[in-house]
Amino acid sequence: MRKTTLCAVLALAAFAPHAWAQKSTSDGIAEYREMLQDGNPAELFEAKGEDLWKQKRGPRKASLERCDLGKGPGVVKGAFVELPRYFADTGKVQDLESRLVTCMSQLQGIDPKEVIDGAWGKGERANVTALATWVGSQSKDMKFNLPQSQQQERAFYEVGKRLFFQRGGSHDFSCASCHGEEGKRIRLQDLPHLSGKAEDGVGFAAWPAYRVSSGEMWTMQHRLNDCYRQQRFPEPIYASDATIALGVYLGVNARGTKSAVPAIKR
Amino acid sequence: MTRKNTLRFSLAFSAAGLVLAGCAGSMQQGAGMTPAELDALTQKVVKESFRDKGIVKVSQAFADDPTTRACDASDVAGQPLSAERAKEIEALNMKTIRWPADGKYLGDWKEGEKIAQSGRGRTWTDKAGAANGGNCYNCHQITKEEISFGTIGPSLYNYGKIRGVTDPNSPQTLEIVKYTWGKIWNSKAYNACSNMPRAGHAGILDENQVRHIVALLLDPKSPVNR
Amino acid sequence: MADPMRIRAQASGGNATVRVLMAHEMETGQRKDASGKTIPAWFIQEVTASLNGKPVLTAEWGPAVSKNPFMQFTVKGAKAGDKIAVTWKDNRGDTRTDEATVS
Repeated sequence: MRKTTLCAVLALAAFAPHAWAQKSTSDGIAEYREMLQDGNPAELFEAKGEDLWKQKRGPRKASLERCDLGKGPGVVKGAFVELPRYFADTGKVQDLESRLVTCMSQLQGIDPKEVIDGAWGKGERANVTALATWVGSQSKDMKFNLPQSQQQERAFYEVGKRLFFQRGGSHDFSCASCHGEEGKRIRLQDLPHLSGKAEDGVGFAAWPAYRVSSGEMWTMQHRLNDCYRQQRFPEPIYASDATIALGVYLGVNARGTKSAVPAIKR
Repeated sequence: MTRKNTLRFSLAFSAAGLVLAGCAGSMQQGAGMTPAELDALTQKVVKESFRDKGIVKVSQAFADDPTTRACDASDVAGQPLSAERAKEIEALNMKTIRWPADGKYLGDWKEGEKIAQSGRGRTWTDKAGAANGGNCYNCHQITKEEISFGTIGPSLYNYGKIRGVTDPNSPQTLEIVKYTWGKIWNSKAYNACSNMPRAGHAGILDENQVRHIVALLLDPKSPVNR
Repeated sequence: MADPMRIRAQASGGNATVRVLMAHEMETGQRKDASGKTIPAWFIQEVTASLNGKPVLTAEWGPAVSKNPFMQFTVKGAKAGDKIAVTWKDNRGDTRTDEATVS
């Protein structure tokens, strides 16, 4: 036991100064994140989501296996990277979370209010998060390819763009205040440039993600909600048009980049 | 919502005075709506999508403000404000600056560091009446010791030293002292579309807090200048 | 009943690498809620693993282990088709066992 400890101490002493002299803060954080990738607790939510997709639930005691996420009833693979998009049956542009709410309502009879007026991590909203995590995982590493063939989809791109640059609240913050320039960071948190050239697995391509600091699974709806909170804005309603339009703007900008969902974050 | 508009060209020069770059124009051509219609749709979406929460009110957060309205439009169009328009907006904001009533611009740099470190206040999870922070380290480097700093704003390390301020109370340094106070009170008085919040004007920080931050930046004894 | 664990077991050489993700709050007992009340401690105290019914690992955990803990270990002599079972017991007396087949 003592021999191993001594060897370990010597090895550490020999290794440490050289490694630290070469590693920047960013590198260190990236290394830590890589270690976390193996055993991403998002998998627990994926498993739950897959169960919820197949389970007969709600007043109508039906599963979600006939849910149309944009590629036809029951087609899950590739659906995530084409959302948000226009849906003829509702006549609206919808993102993943709002489309899941539509399916839960139409197929299972679950009241959308339970999600929209619910709380993060509880009840039906937590179920949507788990479902979104699983649906997202079925498009992992696929390239974003949001459609812009419908007039409403194109209009929402423009609305999303205007929202991105709209300042408000006591601090005059817009999304662009933090995400409108390349190579910036808040404190030590690097910021993706969301109005610029998109990268694989970053920004729109990284949510839903598991947040280690709070032990929570966050969807894009949750991410946008917290962005607006920190911008000192009033609260965006869950799955409201503003959140969906922003999703269209970010998603179309991300065309051709690979999805990393479900990702892991600090 | 779906309307082909044959009067697109004339309507492009809308009441907001938007002049669109070529690229933006072709995207909006696809949307089948004029810029003015898209602006109106956006405002409709905003109205329907946000609600009051905690201490944050929709009516206040989206109150019409000529500064932000002009800067938003400039961002969307991808074109900076004209020098003339920028000066107009800066003058507007300059009028709002409240200079210290007792003529005392500097406070305690130790308190200033605490205010710069704090990002508290004005979100819907914050309580009314609690002291707000300055959020400064989120965007700026300030002292050398604090390595957790953002890069959205320029580094403020050695702020006073670089400007040759050895005695912040001397008449020679009054202009720099006033600029520093003014910038914190209302950043847009000096740069129309600055990313920096208008801390004094928006009531984020009070006179006392601004004094402490000015001291953090200009007091020769502050770690910023050592 | 607590949410299921995710267990993956991969044979390589004469051993198997087992990776387990456990769903558990792991409250330290140090945190306070919004009203200032201490949130009671609730954490896994014991983890055991077996290969085809034979115990191969026992671990004693405490509040220092994080929420939704991940554990990885190597089992000597395991081959494809063998059964790995993992059990956790927490300070409330709750327990959960999940199984996986070595691939």
